[in-house]
Amino acid sequence: MRKKRVATVSLAGCFGCHMSLLDMDERILELLQDVEFDRSPLNDLKKFTRRCDLGIIEGGCCNEDNVHTLRDFRNNCDVLVAVGQCAIMGGLPVMRNAIMHSDDPLRECLEEAYCSSPRVYNPSNQIPNDPALPLLLDKVYTCVDVVKIDYQIPGCPPSGDVLWATLSALVRNEPIDLPYDMVKYD
Amino acid sequence: MIDILWAVQDKLGCIDGEAMSLIAEKTGTYRVEVEGVVSFYAFFSSVRKGKIVIRLCDDIVDRHAGVFAVAKSFENTLGIKLGETTPDHWFSLEYTPCIGMCDQAPAALVNDVVVTNLTPAKVKGIVRTLKKTRDPRALVTKTGDGNNGHRLIAAMVKNNIRHTGPVLFDKSPAEAGLKQALTLSPGGVLELVVDSRLRGRGGAGFPTGKKWRYAAAAQAALRYVICNADEGEPGTFKDRVLLTERAQLLIEGMTIAAYAVGAAEGILYLRAEYRYLKAYLEHILARRRSRGLLGDNIMGKAGFHFDIRIQMGAGAYICGEESSLISSCEGKRGEPKNRPPFPVQSGYLGLPTVVNNVETFCCVPPLIARGPKWFTSIGTPHSSGTKLLSVSGDCTRPGVYELPFGVSVQDVLDKAGAKDPAAVLIGGASGDMIGRPEFQRRICFEDLPTAGAITTFSSHRNVLEIANYYMDFFIDESCGYCTPCRVGNVFMKQGLEKIMQGLGEAGDLDYLRELGKTIIATSRCGLGHTSPNPILSSMKSFPLVYSALLNAHPNEFQAGFNIQSALDEARVIAKRRSLIYDVSYGDEE
Ligand SMILES: Cc1cc2nc3c(=O)[nH]c(=O)nc-3n(C[C@H](O)[C@H](O)[C@H](O)COP(=O)(O)O)c2cc1C
Ligand code: SF4
Ligand code: SF4
Ligand code: FES
Repeated sequence: MRKKRVATVSLAGCFGCHMSLLDMDERILELLQDVEFDRSPLNDLKKFTRRCDLGIIEGGCCNEDNVHTLRDFRNNCDVLVAVGQCAIMGGLPVMRNAIMHSDDPLRECLEEAYCSSPRVYNPSNQIPNDPALPLLLDKVYTCVDVVKIDYQIPGCPPSGDVLWATLSALVRNEPIDLPYDMVKYD
Repeated sequence: MIDILWAVQDKLGCIDGEAMSLIAEKTGTYRVEVEGVVSFYAFFSSVRKGKIVIRLCDDIVDRHAGVFAVAKSFENTLGIKLGETTPDHWFSLEYTPCIGMCDQAPAALVNDVVVTNLTPAKVKGIVRTLKKTRDPRALVTKTGDGNNGHRLIAAMVKNNIRHTGPVLFDKSPAEAGLKQALTLSPGGVLELVVDSRLRGRGGAGFPTGKKWRYAAAAQAALRYVICNADEGEPGTFKDRVLLTERAQLLIEGMTIAAYAVGAAEGILYLRAEYRYLKAYLEHILARRRSRGLLGDNIMGKAGFHFDIRIQMGAGAYICGEESSLISSCEGKRGEPKNRPPFPVQSGYLGLPTVVNNVETFCCVPPLIARGPKWFTSIGTPHSSGTKLLSVSGDCTRPGVYELPFGVSVQDVLDKAGAKDPAAVLIGGASGDMIGRPEFQRRICFEDLPTAGAITTFSSHRNVLEIANYYMDFFIDESCGYCTPCRVGNVFMKQGLEKIMQGLGEAGDLDYLRELGKTIIATSRCGLGHTSPNPILSSMKSFPLVYSALLNAHPNEFQAGFNIQSALDEARVIAKRRSLIYDVSYGDEE
């Protein structure tokens, strides 16, 4: 049987979910018997080399580049898994959507962050606007707002054990067993 | 509390912070309590309104009758937009949901005065008269038929009674029912009501006799009888006609109920939209008091004391729900109460309370006078008697029809002269929308129950637009207490709009079905138990209309997400174009 090809990416996330992926510890070697990584920060591949079986997404979409990448994943992966609170519900970044009763929420958010907040030191009073910076979206979108998502693994981040259990079951196409201890949150 | 707030609102045109503090101080409560009540009701306002408030009904029936053109005309002649007040504080203009004049739409309230059959041309004359006289009553040049011409009502409203039936328009002599009841024991009256199989006419159809028995059996020093004249369900206006023409019968019915359950006090909860009927109803109550039909030792029956007060509502659909109505009578926000305990055990001020619809009480006197056998001979086995239907929409003879239960929808449509009917909404916003193949179904609790609203739509109308309007209605009227209803209804509407914009896919229909089921199963009161109905029932009756709007999106992107509009704001702020999504950069997409 050929190895399953897996791609991963971090969009508007903190890389915590990827760190958690590494928390599988030595089990990742076991996983590598069935899996090879394509595009992923783990191997620093920045483009898809081939179509993949599985795409793992951390983080939601806060700018145009996130959308572009997510759609690229949708186009190149058979199954997409959203991992972590940011990908599923927007997480911390989505807090900016709370500025909703404004005519221009994005501007209000940027001004608060870069100019008007009392703790900001910004003598030029400018909002970063390098042409290389991707444009921000009007609000933060979750992955499922933008493309179809096949599975979600909640948690911030989901523990290495949960990731191991779900991903290994997925690549082996086996039913999943999630004991209560593993999925209870307290 | 509601009475105090009405007095202040009438006098000042608002209930501002200062007034709220003062009211709280004088009534020994906290200001936040008062503020909670003020903010709950549509007819109370914390900012100052004009002395003359024009409230236009923007229900879908009025929209089809041209209310938007009327609204434009008001805006132009008054020089203000909807929701605004003129700088001289004379006029305010706003929309309101159904005011119970659907048979003479488009209609509006000018303070308490009802104006009907509006056209853009009439608006100019209306505003001219108002500016000259500063008195909305001057708008009534010709009063409607029947008691609408009574000096205490003097409204241009028409009754539009198209068909009278044997129960509500029974020709028995006045007070025959009450006289008969007082010859029996209270238990004997209960028995007659139970035997007649009378069921509530307010929507839920609970057996009235059973309800009264529970209340009579509850241990308490004092019991209450409340008449629900909130008539908030869009498309329903039959209680309006009963209150105008059959007020004596209604009070007689309430008095019999009081006798049967042992209540000494009663409340008539009248919706704010019907304030034009208040003086007349007060007059009827006063007359009955002077004739010994209310008050102490009624009709000479020693020890039977009963009197009624009128409680005004203040513009909230949810106050038609019986436990909210009780909250409202207690001077609180009109929020539903948890049940159990049911109102019959612990209702108004914690006392056993019977709440019935206007029509239910009106059925009681003839039923007692003529006996349960006669009553059960009309209608169907599980729905005895007649139903007063309010028919409106695309038909030539809109109005009220008293017909025996079991009548088919098609019969009603024929009687009302429905024009090319393609969809009929049975039971208002919370009811079911049915299509042609189902017009043979019958109106009764066994098949299609309704509190009275029959709204007809011709084949020119868009069923999705109709469902969408009613979702708006529920979103506005949700009391906000529980999440499934407060948030779920918004999601329902978003899902529907996605389909209407042609962005929907097959999965979106399943989503709406599931979400609707969840809202119905998990909401706290009847509003949430029925709010998904406009969408769910139209999906069921008009599957092809929905599926024709669906599209497949093979690339598995979400059609509802639009990258271009999501970037618009950032383009303006950054003053540059997108390197990815603006085509002129020669990039992909
Ligand atoms: C959201 C909602 C609105 C209601 N509105 C009314 C109303 O306007 N008039 C009415 O009589 N009953 C209304 N009801 C039904 C009442 O809760 C109650 O069942 C009825 O007044 C009982 O009287 P009945 O048994 O005579 O029908 C409403 C119920 C709900 C859930
Ligand atoms: S879900 Fe938590 S760990 Fe994962 S990217 Fe978001 S913030 Fe980081
Ligand atoms: S279902 Fe709606 S109206 Fe009823 S209690 Fe909940 S939020 Fe209020
Ligand atoms: S009054 Fe406008 S729909 Fe009832």
